[in-house]
Amino acid sequence: MRHFKSMVVLNEEVSPGYARIRLTAPRVIMRAKPGQFVMIRVSEGIDPLLRRPFGIYDLGSFMPEYPDAPLQDYLEVLYKVVGKGTRILSSLHHGDYLDILAPLGTGFTQGNPEEEKILVGGGVGLAPLYFLAKQLVKKSKVKVFIGGRRKEDILSVTEFERLGIDTYVATDDGTLGAMGLVTEVMESNLANGDAKRSIFACGPLPMLKSVAGISERWGVSCQVSLEANMACGVGACLGCVTKGRNHSEQTPDYRCVCKDGPVFDSREIMWE
Amino acid sequence: MKKPDLSVEIAGIKMRNPVMTASGTFGYGEEFSPYLDLDTLGAIVTKGLSLAPRAGNPTPRIVETPGGMLNAIGLQNVGIDAFIEKKIPFLRNLNTPVIVNFFGNSIDEYAELAARLDLVPEVAAMEINISCPNVKHGGIAFGVDPKAAFSVVKAVREMTIKPIIVKLSPNVTDIVEMAQACAEADADALSLINTLTGMAIDLDKRKPVLANVTGGLSGPALKPLALRMVWQVSRAVKLPIIGIGGITNAIDALEFMLAGATAVQIGTANFINPGIAQKITEDMELYLVKNGITDVKELVGALEI
Ligand SMILES: Cc1cc2nc3c(=O)[nH]c(=O)nc-3n(C[C@H](O)[C@H](O)[C@H](O)COP(=O)(O)OP(=O)(O)OC[C@H]3O[C@@H](n4cnc5c(N)ncnc54)[C@H](O)[C@@H]3O)c2cc1C
Ligand SMILES: Cc1cc2nc3c(=O)[nH]c(=O)nc-3n(C[C@H](O)[C@H](O)[C@H](O)COP(=O)(O)O)c2cc1C
Ligand code: FES
Repeated sequence: MRHFKSMVVLNEEVSPGYARIRLTAPRVIMRAKPGQFVMIRVSEGIDPLLRRPFGIYDLGSFMPEYPDAPLQDYLEVLYKVVGKGTRILSSLHHGDYLDILAPLGTGFTQGNPEEEKILVGGGVGLAPLYFLAKQLVKKSKVKVFIGGRRKEDILSVTEFERLGIDTYVATDDGTLGAMGLVTEVMESNLANGDAKRSIFACGPLPMLKSVAGISERWGVSCQVSLEANMACGVGACLGCVTKGRNHSEQTPDYRCVCKDGPVFDSREIMWE
Repeated sequence: MKKPDLSVEIAGIKMRNPVMTASGTFGYGEEFSPYLDLDTLGAIVTKGLSLAPRAGNPTPRIVETPGGMLNAIGLQNVGIDAFIEKKIPFLRNLNTPVIVNFFGNSIDEYAELAARLDLVPEVAAMEINISCPNVKHGGIAFGVDPKAAFSVVKAVREMTIKPIIVKLSPNVTDIVEMAQACAEADADALSLINTLTGMAIDLDKRKPVLANVTGGLSGPALKPLALRMVWQVSRAVKLPIIGIGGITNAIDALEFMLAGATAVQIGTANFINPGIAQKITEDMELYLVKNGITDVKELVGALEI
């Protein structure tokens, strides 16, 4: 966990309403695991007041544009503009500074490389899966299933394909890939084949719930990355909790999405 | 110039500076150790504790509002047994006073908690939460009724020789009356304010944003109200006061001291910058140096009207 100032290196729209921001990062951040997240303070003022959580989309380094400069490490966030904070983020330019806490939370457990890795992302939930795919593809067969409402909501297909990953797309309105739910496409794919597999999912809650159900039916292990309203990001405010499998009023089992997660084994969560 | 004296004392608790962390916003200290040196703080106040562990409220529990946030955590906590077993060992190694915030559902529960905490040597003082607005029975009755507040403080007083700080709720018509009741019951200090009950609505869904419907407002939006209350109480009662509410920097903190607070607590600001409490102390020292003030205590109640 580090608290640092970071310079915006680039901030570009990747699809209408979505952008990718590249931020300088200290060297140790390169040890972050896929699935971990960052908390960004988008402005110095008091409105918006709280930091905003984002998954890590990518890590890397670049050669700064002045002579004899050492390599500069960076992290990237892929974000959707939904409100005040993300609108401010989208207005930033090269040379602007941001205040960042990173890396936070637990990451994905990558498991046995022999398994086929099934990645399922809905909308901007895809973000942490790209970083994950880059690592998994070195040792395992990886497939990615990307879902969204329309063509514009389908991100990073080219990037995944460039990694040599089989990429499947589904949209609600059929403007790209199959028409329908990405979970249906994934399940029919599970049906053709008998490799040992594990699932990694990130996206809207109904999608994750459906993926958890599918993994249960097929007896495939599954990790999901959850979202929650967050204030601190470090396990102190207890604002971000989700119910664990054995939760009841008598035996409370609340897990912090920020600290115990955001990645959970789908069987550890109570799906309501 | 010599380093200014930042130390203060509240009800016998010696603190290296007036900057404490507020209950429920700093976990059990541990969570923040990667971001600051806990041994630079005046004191740490731990998350509100009850006898039995407590589940807390359904989610969403928090939402941001302009200049603030609402929370309805519902006093989720590990309970006193787990606190003593799992959290005290970390706190024991610190050089900073640990103040334990607690609440009960009945006077007996308050008394029992006080009796048990009285025996824990690592506990420098107790902060009684009589004011949490989140839970149906979570102290609201005590916090808004001077007689009930008197009874709780009295019952706790019987059980402990450790300093008692009573944390006041702003959800009252007359905070001075509450403060006086606590003073009469022999409290050693007062901390104020706790969160102010508020709500947020999602227009399109026609629903409240928080599952609990209402929540406690904290953050900068609260500061003017908190300052006013600290000022009023400090003029009416003799007890030392700990000012709380929307403090995000050293200037805010010093304003509370001018209004009559001997020390301050930092709450929501810890979420925005986990290293803020240490930074506030450093900036406070700079302010004193720059203005030729040799002792921070000179500022307590020094408001000129
Ligand atoms: C662990 C984690 C990782 C995340 N990773 C990413 C990411 O990689 N890319 C990305 O674009 N977003 C991500 N999010 C969601 C992101 O944090 C929110 O979209 C962002 O905080 C919205 O801020 P805002 O000020 O623009 O919106 P606000 O003004 O705060 O809200 C505007 C609208 O967006 C909705 N909203 C706010 N927060 C969330 C949320 N957490 N999830 C869904 N809707 C929300 C609100 O309900 C409201 O309707 C992540 C969230 C978490 C918890
Ligand atoms: C998430 C959260 C949890 C809190 N939990 C407690 C608690 O357990 N006990 C308590 O006495 N006050 C609790 N408070 C109130 C704070 O200690 C403080 O009084 C209040 O937030 C006002 O200060 P601030 O504006 O600096 O945050 C909580 C506040 C927040 C935001
Ligand atoms: S965001 Fe504060 S505990 Fe998770």
